[in-house]
Amino acid sequence: MRQAGYLTIVLFFIFLTLNSISWAQGIISSTELINNTRLYDGKTVVYEGEVVGDVMVRQDYAWVNLNDGINAIGIWVPKTLIKDILYEGSYKSKGDWIEVTGVFNRACALHGGDLDIHAQALRKTGSGRILTERLNLGKRNILLVLTVTLCLVLILKQLKRA
Amino acid sequence: MILKPHIDDIKSIGYYLAKIIVGLGLAMLIPIFLGLACKEINPALDFLIGTEIALIFGLLLKKLCFTEKDLNWMQGMIVVSLSWLVAMVLGAIPLYLSGHWKSFLDTCFDSMSGFATTGLTLVQDLDHLSYAHNLWRHLIMFIGGQGIVIVALAFSIKGLSGAFKMYVGEARDERILPNVIDTARFIWLVSIVYLILGTLALGIIGILNGMNPFNAFFHGACVFMAAFDTGGFAPQSQNILYYHSLAYEVTTIVIMLLGAINFKLHYHLWAGNPKEIWKNIETITLFITIMITFFITAIGLNQLNVYPKALVLFRKGFYQLISGHTGTGYMTIYAQQFINEWGSLALVGIIIAMALGGSTSSTTGGIKMLRIGIIFKALKQDLKRIILPERAVVVQKFHHIKDMFLEDRQVRSVLLITLAYLALYGAGAIVGMFLGYPFLNSLFESTSAAANVGLSCGITSAAMPAALKITYILQMWAGRLEFMSVFTLIGFVVAVVKGK
Repeated sequence: MRQAGYLTIVLFFIFLTLNSISWAQGIISSTELINNTRLYDGKTVVYEGEVVGDVMVRQDYAWVNLNDGINAIGIWVPKTLIKDILYEGSYKSKGDWIEVTGVFNRACALHGGDLDIHAQALRKTGSGRILTERLNLGKRNILLVLTVTLCLVLILKQLKRA
Repeated sequence: MILKPHIDDIKSIGYYLAKIIVGLGLAMLIPIFLGLACKEINPALDFLIGTEIALIFGLLLKKLCFTEKDLNWMQGMIVVSLSWLVAMVLGAIPLYLSGHWKSFLDTCFDSMSGFATTGLTLVQDLDHLSYAHNLWRHLIMFIGGQGIVIVALAFSIKGLSGAFKMYVGEARDERILPNVIDTARFIWLVSIVYLILGTLALGIIGILNGMNPFNAFFHGACVFMAAFDTGGFAPQSQNILYYHSLAYEVTTIVIMLLGAINFKLHYHLWAGNPKEIWKNIETITLFITIMITFFITAIGLNQLNVYPKALVLFRKGFYQLISGHTGTGYMTIYAQQFINEWGSLALVGIIIAMALGGSTSSTTGGIKMLRIGIIFKALKQDLKRIILPERAVVVQKFHHIKDMFLEDRQVRSVLLITLAYLALYGAGAIVGMFLGYPFLNSLFESTSAAANVGLSCGITSAAMPAALKITYILQMWAGRLEFMSVFTLIGFVVAVVKGK
C-alpha cells in the first residue's frame, strides 16, 4: 500500500515536470517571432512578457504591449480578458507578467499591417509591483562635492569682479 | 606655410564655447523639474549632477577665456563643431547615470544621435526609463534640431556680429529676417507654437486611444519634439508601433513633413503667402522625389507580396518612406523586418529617400532638396546647351523664395556638398562591411546615420563593435553640420600641431 502511495507521488511529480517543460517549450520568444514571421504567420502561438506602458482599451478590445526582455509585441485582447492586469511596467512599477495564447499575424490586415498577436487566452504568470525608489547615496555624495565646487567657482568669479 | 593659431583665437573659441556649455547646463533644469514633479528622485539627481558639471566647466572656461573680441569665420566654425562634441559628452552624463546604457560610449552615441536628430539608439530597457530621462532624450532632439547655437543666439548671445558665422556653421545659410538673432528667435517661435499645437493634437489622440491623460500628453510632447525635429526617438521601445493607431501615424506624418520644410517657407506661410509653397523648387523637388522613391519601394514590396492588401502596403510603405525621406526615423515595423521581409528593391527605395533628405534650413539631414533641384536644373541647362545653337545664350532660372538665375559657382558648391555626402555614406558602409556586415545592411545603416535619419535594419545595437559606434557618431556629427565647420576644426587641429 505504502509502495503504491510512493509511486503515485513520483508519478505526480513526473507529470508536473513534463507539464511545465511542455509549457516552456510552447513559449516562443519575440526574437524568434520577429525573425521568422512567415513561419509563424496565422499560427497559434504562446508568447510571454511583461505588460509595458498603458493598456489601451478600444471599445470591446484592448492593446496590451508585452515585452519579453528583448522586444515588445502588441497583443489585441478582448476586454474581458484584461481584468487580471493590475500593474503596467514603467519606471515606477514592474508590470504583470502575462502568458498569451493567440494567433500571430506577420502583417495584420485588421490593424494596418502591424505585427501582432490576437489573443485567445491570457494567463497571469507573475504579479507586478510598485518599485520603491531609494536615494542613491553615491550620487548624493557626488552632488554635494559638485555643489561645493560650483560655489567656490561662483565665489571666485565674484572676487575677481570685485 | 601653415600659421599656428594665436592665443586670441583659442580665447575667443573658449569664451563662446563656455556660453553654450552654460546654456546646455541650464537646459537640464527642465528634466530636473519634471523629475521632482513626478517624484523621481534619482533621475533628478542625475540631472543635477549634469547641470553642475556643465556650469562648473562653463563658468571656469568663461573666466579663463574672457574676451570682448568678436568671432571671425574660422573661430565661429570651430565654436560650432566643438559645441556639438561638448554637448554630446555633457548631454550623455545624466543618461549614463540612469544605468540604462551599457557604456559611456553607448550614451555618447545616443546623445549625439539626439542632438543631431538621428534617432538611432543603444538604450537598454527603454520601457522602464524615467520620465525625466525620457524627456531629456527628446529635448536634446528639439535643441539639436533648431541648432545648439541657435539656442544660444536666441537666448543669450546679443548683438553679436559674429553670430552669423556660427549660424552658418550650423548648416543654416539662409537668414529669414535681416538680423540673424531675430531669425533664430523666429525659428524658436515657430517651433514652440507648433510644439503646443502638436502636443495637444497627439495628446488628445492618445487619450482617445486609451492612454492615461498624463502619459498621453507626455508622449505627445516627446513624439512631437522628435517628429518636428525629424529625430526619431520615442518614449517606448516599439517606437510608433506602440500606439497601434492610424490617427497617430497620420498626425506624425504631417509633423514630419512640417519639420522637413525650410523655415523660410514657414515664414511665408505665417506671413500669409501660401503660394510660395507651390512655387518653391524645394517643395516641388520634395514632392517628386517622394513619388519616385515611394514608387520604387511599393514595387519592391509588391514583388515580394509583403503586405496582403494595397491599403496596408500603402500604410506601411508610405510611413517608413516619409520617415526616411524627412530624416525622422520613426518606424511602424521592427528593424529586422526591413532585411527579412522587405527585399532589396524596397530597401533601395528607402536608402535613396534617406540619402536625399528634406529641405535646407530645416531640421532634416541628407543632401537636401534645394541641392537636388539645382543639380537637375544644371543638367537641364547643359542639355539645352548641347541641343541649341552654339551662339544661343542659355539661361536657367529657378524659384526659391524669389526667382534666381542658376550660376556655375552655385552648381559647383552644390556638387561638392553632394559629393561629400555620398562619400560619407560610402565610407560608413565600407566600415560596416569591413566589420563583417553585408553590403546592403551596411549601406542602409550608414546612410541612416550620416543623413541623420534613424531608421535601422538591425545593425545598431549595444552589441555592435565600438569602431562602428564611433564611425556612426562621426557620421552623425559631420552629416548634421554639413562638413564645413568639421573641416575647419580639422584644419585648426592641423594648424595647432604643424603650424609655425
